[in-house]
Amino acid sequence: MNIDLSRRGFLKLAGAGVAATSLGALGFGDAEAAEKAHVRAFKLASTTETRNTCTYCSVACGILIYSKGDVAAGEQATIVHIEGDADHPTNRGTLCPKGAALKDIVHSESRLTTPRIRRPGTDRFDEISWDEALDKIARALKDDRDANIVLKNDAGVPVNRWTSTGFLAASATTNETAWLTYKTVRAMGIAGLDNQARV
Amino acid sequence: MDPNLDSPRTAAANPPIQPMPANLGAGDVIRASAMPDLAPPQRQLTPVAKLIDVSKCIGCKACQSACAEWNDTVPPIEENVGSYQNPSDLGPEMFTLMRFSEYENPNGDFEWLIRKDGCMHCTDPGCLKACPAPGAIVQYSNGIVDFIHENCIGCGYCVTGCPFNIPRVSKTDHKSYKCTLCSDRVAVGQGPACAKACPTQAIVFGHKDDMIAHAEERVADLKSRGYENAGIYDPAGVGGTHVFYVLHHADQPALYSNLPEDPRISPVVEGWKGITKKVGLAAIGIAAVGSILHGLLGRANRVTAEDDREAEEYVEHSLPPGRS
Repeated sequence: MNIDLSRRGFLKLAGAGVAATSLGALGFGDAEAAEKAHVRAFKLASTTETRNTCTYCSVACGILIYSKGDVAAGEQATIVHIEGDADHPTNRGTLCPKGAALKDIVHSESRLTTPRIRRPGTDRFDEISWDEALDKIARALKDDRDANIVLKNDAGVPVNRWTSTGFLAASATTNETAWLTYKTVRAMGIAGLDNQARV
Repeated sequence: MDPNLDSPRTAAANPPIQPMPANLGAGDVIRASAMPDLAPPQRQLTPVAKLIDVSKCIGCKACQSACAEWNDTVPPIEENVGSYQNPSDLGPEMFTLMRFSEYENPNGDFEWLIRKDGCMHCTDPGCLKACPAPGAIVQYSNGIVDFIHENCIGCGYCVTGCPFNIPRVSKTDHKSYKCTLCSDRVAVGQGPACAKACPTQAIVFGHKDDMIAHAEERVADLKSRGYENAGIYDPAGVGGTHVFYVLHHADQPALYSNLPEDPRISPVVEGWKGITKKVGLAAIGIAAVGSILHGLLGRANRVTAEDDREAEEYVEHSLPPGRS
């Protein structure tokens, strides 16, 4: 772009510019903010609050999950924020660094959302349905139990001990689920159990 | 707006989900950058403060996690810098940072001093004084110093003006960022996300008077445990701060990752925005008035046609007859 501007014209323009900005600086013409002072819109307004237990360790802190989108109206809900539950007796609203960043585990690309299986001879995990997974687990448990359960010890005392399979249950559970887990696992004779009830 | 609504007194509360008006806005601004003739605020909110008790901090970084989560920032993944400090510095995506320093005390014992760094929300904010963009930095009557990013021009003067080296200008959108003291949460009666998350209550939030009373209890407790120099870090050089510390070595704040002993706004900023600006503007004013006066009084003489004719007539009349 070529601008035809004489030296005199340039000096005139520059002079006018200096004069105008000086007038502004000297207080003629109020300095106005383009945007009025405001805080960020509160991001939890009109979200759905859901109580839950932190997924990480067996301390089982109470958390509040905030989501947008009405599931009842057929919408897909998205979790927008997670923070500690101030009414929960365990943590009284506080969280550890992992708990405070729970939103990232929810939206993590590597988060498992379906059961997966690594079949013999392959080097990758394939997705399978829950039904298929539960059937496979039940089959494996039954076969192992039938082969390895110890019904009586050397002295002939009934022990119903099944030591070749261990059971690792969820940490973030309520009393009731912990009780159920214990009863289910011990009823089968499994000796190696770890879950929330340990704490 | 409900006049009875005032500043929140605790961070240990669950946030509301029903829409409600923000109890913090343009009417609560007591100072704004480059706007000297600001209208006075419509009301006075009770000053709030965040107290960081360094002696209770375990360095878990829950505050950092909660901060990034609440503010929807994603700090970049970096290399290890030889300590637990991560990321290595504050940034436009990381408003608060645990700074880890290792100190061997005179008894030869090791002390791990961990300080949560971030905006101190000064009563006399250097960033606001240095900022040339009208309304880009505002101070509310409850003490919160907040950046209005729409007005920010990304010049970085706030970084120069800050005695604690806190604001960071984003390389992406060229705007300056720092801790807001969760002004959006405070506006609906909540405390900052970091204070709520802190599992040891090393970070507590409430009215500044309450926080000072609590800090004094903590100092007395620390003194009774042998920390003779325990004290409150609420530096008077910047008029006190709305984020303040309890330190076990209040006599040596520099131990805590170079916390300034007596922070003040840089004399360059004070001078440039204060006396230099006034003198400069006065010089421009005097020059302007001078040129106008000169234009009116001292302009070059011009001979009008009228003058010419009068002069000719005069000459004709005064000459002796016959010599025209």
